[in-house]
Amino acid sequence: MSVQTPTRSGGLVEIRGVHKSFGDLEVLRGIDLRVEPGSVTVILGPSGSGKSTLLRTINHLEPVTQGLVSVDGETIGYRREGNLLHELHEREILRQRTAIGMVFQSFNLFAHMTALANVAEAPRRALGVPRRQAEERARELLALVGLSDKEAVYPRQLSGGQQQRVAIARALALEPKVLLFDEPTSALDPELVEEVLAVIRSLARAGTTLVVVTHEISFARDVADEVVFMDQGLIVEQGPPSEVLDRPRHERTRSFLQRVRTGEAAPVESADAASPASAATAAARELARER
Amino acid sequence: MTSSVVSPETAQHASAAGSAAPAASCPEQVAPSEDLSALRVVPARHPGRVVLAVVVGLVVAAVLYSFVTNPRWEWGVVAQWFFAESILRGLLETLKLTVLAGAVGFGLGLVLALMRLSPSALISGVSWTFSWIFRSTPLLVQLLLWYNLGYLYERVRLGIPFTDATFFDARTSDLMTPMLAAVLGLGLHQAAYAAEMIRGGILSVDQGQLEAASALGIPARDRSLRIVLPQAMRAILPPAFNEIIGLVKGTSIVYVLAHAELFFTVQLIYGRTQQVLPMLLVATVWYVVITSALSVGQYYIERHYSKGAVRTLPPTPLQSLRARLARLRPSSTGATS
Repeated sequence: MSVQTPTRSGGLVEIRGVHKSFGDLEVLRGIDLRVEPGSVTVILGPSGSGKSTLLRTINHLEPVTQGLVSVDGETIGYRREGNLLHELHEREILRQRTAIGMVFQSFNLFAHMTALANVAEAPRRALGVPRRQAEERARELLALVGLSDKEAVYPRQLSGGQQQRVAIARALALEPKVLLFDEPTSALDPELVEEVLAVIRSLARAGTTLVVVTHEISFARDVADEVVFMDQGLIVEQGPPSEVLDRPRHERTRSFLQRVRTGEAAPVESADAASPASAATAAARELARER
Repeated sequence: MTSSVVSPETAQHASAAGSAAPAASCPEQVAPSEDLSALRVVPARHPGRVVLAVVVGLVVAAVLYSFVTNPRWEWGVVAQWFFAESILRGLLETLKLTVLAGAVGFGLGLVLALMRLSPSALISGVSWTFSWIFRSTPLLVQLLLWYNLGYLYERVRLGIPFTDATFFDARTSDLMTPMLAAVLGLGLHQAAYAAEMIRGGILSVDQGQLEAASALGIPARDRSLRIVLPQAMRAILPPAFNEIIGLVKGTSIVYVLAHAELFFTVQLIYGRTQQVLPMLLVATVWYVVITSALSVGQYYIERHYSKGAVRTLPPTPLQSLRARLARLRPSSTGATS
């Protein structure tokens, strides 16, 4: 898939001392993470390790209990004056979010709108782009994800992989500085995973900063600049894939990768073309058993 | 190996019926000798349905027969008054009341539903209290209260409180016509019910839709009106039309205010002519006509909002009728072959 850069230059994401609690349950227990502009960061970890929550704090869908999140130096959700954090008005938060795209595990496409309308909606409503212009751009973006022929189709008439590609086009429509992927392939049939990963791959190093929560180890190895392994609300270790994936320093990381690998080995033997996908489902199954 | 025992014809039937075809009977081996395009589906027969249809048909015929032949229904009188000017004027009032009370009811209902979902406890509390009061008091009492508002508050004044500045001042009894009392009574009562209905519809929309819209920076107003409400409509419409149809007939209660809508007009007439049943029939048939028109509207509006919610839209009655006719023709010619 050839992709001309659809985005403005990537944003620097800084997460400092972030804690997040839901009632008595502390899901994030002090996270520090710096995501370089234009880089690809993959967050790995067992379910319940807080990786999705961390992702959701970046665009303030989940306000943090303590700590700071900033994109290009701009604090998300608050205006800082010395030691005071003034909560931003919703309109300001919405403006910040237009620079931070998000792709959900369950797609969350607007079910009553066609694929084209889904992609054109945010530029029209959030940025006030005229309808015709927004739709023209939406057409380009649908072509980018390989769905030119599906403009007039409603989400429910699309396969899961196609829906997720529309969702990616929708997130790109605002030309975000940062793009967040929350387990983008976890809800997909194994044979549909690769088509979505191919689109994400094509976006890597196209300018936008990508932060991807996933179980796809081979995707992480191919695409990531930085791999972050989380467990129980903390970052266990991080570094380039060659270190974290091949020479993990922590026992917890090693045992996690071990389990995922044993899942990966089986489908390769069966000469299945979509082996990373099968690995993911195997890993997910493994994790489900662990819980 | 079953395929050796079963004749090719029955084997073909078995696979056509969708039962697991034995792996041995490879279609490529059968195909050259047989023209598959000649196969025809014989629709399953439903004898029970036919019996039921006959019974229902007979009952309906008997009821219709008694309607037509029993002279006490006095259809002549019904026909004589059906298009009478006073009746039509009453009908117009009924329609006017329905539209106005419906607009007040659903407009205010939407506002109340959104208020109820507000994170502010005060705003949601006000909405809850409104619904509580207007659902707990009988409609008849509300109508009479509004009409007799002049007894409780003699004058309506608009001005700056605690000063002498007054912009508007009138006697309540001059303002409160039966029409206004009826619209207020019916409308506010309707609003309390509409609010709960709309709120229910909004709650039925997947939370992920709102989350996605927020993540895309879509403002709150557009989130409600463009993302959530259109999807909530599917859950709101069926009970909403229930309420509107209820309102059409509910306007007849306004006769207590002596407002000359359809039902009050009919009462006036039979009070004079003593033809009680035929006159009630006149009103009833008109209510049926209005309700029927609304039901047709409901079908098409629901169809409009089901876009995207179903993979293919159900056919309109006209389309399914045409399809039925088209299906009849080839099968009648096919039966002779």
